[in-house]
Amino acid sequence: MMRRSSLDRAFLIVQRSSALFAGSLVLLVLVFVFGEAQGALSSPGLGAFFLDAGWHPKDGEFGLLPMLAATLATTLGALLLAAPLGIGAGLFNALIAPRPVALMHRSLVEVLAGIPSVVYGLWGLVVLVPMIGGDGHSGQGLLAASVVLALMLLPTITLSTEAALLAVPRELLQGGAALGLGPLARARLIALPAARRGIIAGLVLATGRAVGETMAVLMVAGNVVAWPKGLREPVRTLTGNIALEMGYATQDHRAALFVVGLILMLLVALLVMLSSLFGGAAHSSAPSLRGSRT
Amino acid sequence: MASLFASCSSEAEASQVLVLTGSSTVAPLAAEIALRFEQQHPGTRIDVQSGGSSRGITDVRLGNADIGMASRALVDSELDLTAHTIARDGVALIVHSDNQLTALTAEQVRGIFRGELTNWSEVGGSGGEIIVVSKAEGRATLTVFLDHFGLVSREIAADVIAGENEQAIKTIVGAPGAIAYVSIGTAEVDRAAGVPIRLVTLDGVPATAAEVALGLYPLARPLNLLTTSHVQGLAAEFIAFAKHADQGDLVLAESFVPVAPVGLE
Repeated sequence: MMRRSSLDRAFLIVQRSSALFAGSLVLLVLVFVFGEAQGALSSPGLGAFFLDAGWHPKDGEFGLLPMLAATLATTLGALLLAAPLGIGAGLFNALIAPRPVALMHRSLVEVLAGIPSVVYGLWGLVVLVPMIGGDGHSGQGLLAASVVLALMLLPTITLSTEAALLAVPRELLQGGAALGLGPLARARLIALPAARRGIIAGLVLATGRAVGETMAVLMVAGNVVAWPKGLREPVRTLTGNIALEMGYATQDHRAALFVVGLILMLLVALLVMLSSLFGGAAHSSAPSLRGSRT
Repeated sequence: MASLFASCSSEAEASQVLVLTGSSTVAPLAAEIALRFEQQHPGTRIDVQSGGSSRGITDVRLGNADIGMASRALVDSELDLTAHTIARDGVALIVHSDNQLTALTAEQVRGIFRGELTNWSEVGGSGGEIIVVSKAEGRATLTVFLDHFGLVSREIAADVIAGENEQAIKTIVGAPGAIAYVSIGTAEVDRAAGVPIRLVTLDGVPATAAEVALGLYPLARPLNLLTTSHVQGLAAEFIAFAKHADQGDLVLAESFVPVAPVGLE
């Protein structure tokens, strides 16, 4: 066995403790949130959160299913809008655009990614909401929240798609070109399947952001606790609910908000697991996809 | 923010910090008073954060803030705290200035917010269906509104729930068929700045600071600073400063009503 230099050993120690710190941080947060939620989990019980008719914490009603549905609906809406656009823009940047154009476009998208969410929210409230509103609707609701979220997801999806596509071995694409495949066929049959894992990872990252986004959604969603019934109907998301009520909640109410936080964390954990499942499958099946072309 | 930077750069010695949290109605006034206080008391820094009156009450109790801000009187269960009134304000019903509505009765307001009256033509306004904008739980404006009209929060048929006054006002601006209730002071300052809203006359009394001052406008409320019963040091100094008649111009600038100059201590 070779003797490591002391520099190497120091490097390993720093590396390991960083990993330990990052890993234990998640557990610490989980333990803290769980501890704070304990009061509500034991006294009204977890069942109350799923069975109670409404969310009236002062009267001891803690039904959060409408808000869970609202979070899922706004997230799904945002993904439906942002995924095709983001993947399209990523494809353009990685495969089609001339290099100077691609570089400029990427910088623009990166700026988009850096705009604070409250700015998107303000734009949504002042510009988007009046466009959606009319005939008895304020314009604040599911659609406005989805569109504002979509704008925030777009750069994440674009950049991760582009990065995944650029990582596809050049020989594969050149091989495709040598076989006489046009740009569409090369993208559809070679680049996208090979980059699928990275693209899905980007979509999951974006989904996580959509589930967790608070401020921008709060400003345009209307925030009435209700099942999502229509695109222009108001909804309140789980995160919006915490933001609206955390400031003054005490005792049971406060604990109930931590249960909401716990459910958000579980939702995100579920997403991460799903992504490794899908990503792994895509990875192992990539060669067979190539082979399946007749 | 500017004051924060100023005090950081000019004061080398350890500065005394005072934290105020609570009502978004009181916060702009408290921030103006804090700015003047900092100028006259070098070496002090006052942080003002909004988040609703109930947050102010909770924060003072838990010691997260030195002084709480609440835009309503304390109720029986809150008498462990001491309220120091620095101004008076009212809660105005507001609509878009395109709406022809100028006045409502209390009965009409109840009907609108319960969802029994759903079209502006039923109450002498214009703009089709009524969009009801209410405020989130824990906001004093909601409490004052519900108490006055004898409503409970779950019977409000809201289309939008706003947090701060400004969010409610921006909702009205974006939705000409909407009605909301906000601080008279905030609404008057915005209207004077050209924001297209109208303050609705309630039961024959115009919603103005002047009517609040005369004691005629029914939906009036005190703007309070809150402390635990034992207040001393910088917090006591700031409260005395905030209540002093010298700060009356700041109160007027926010379209609130100064409290009668109480005797100087």
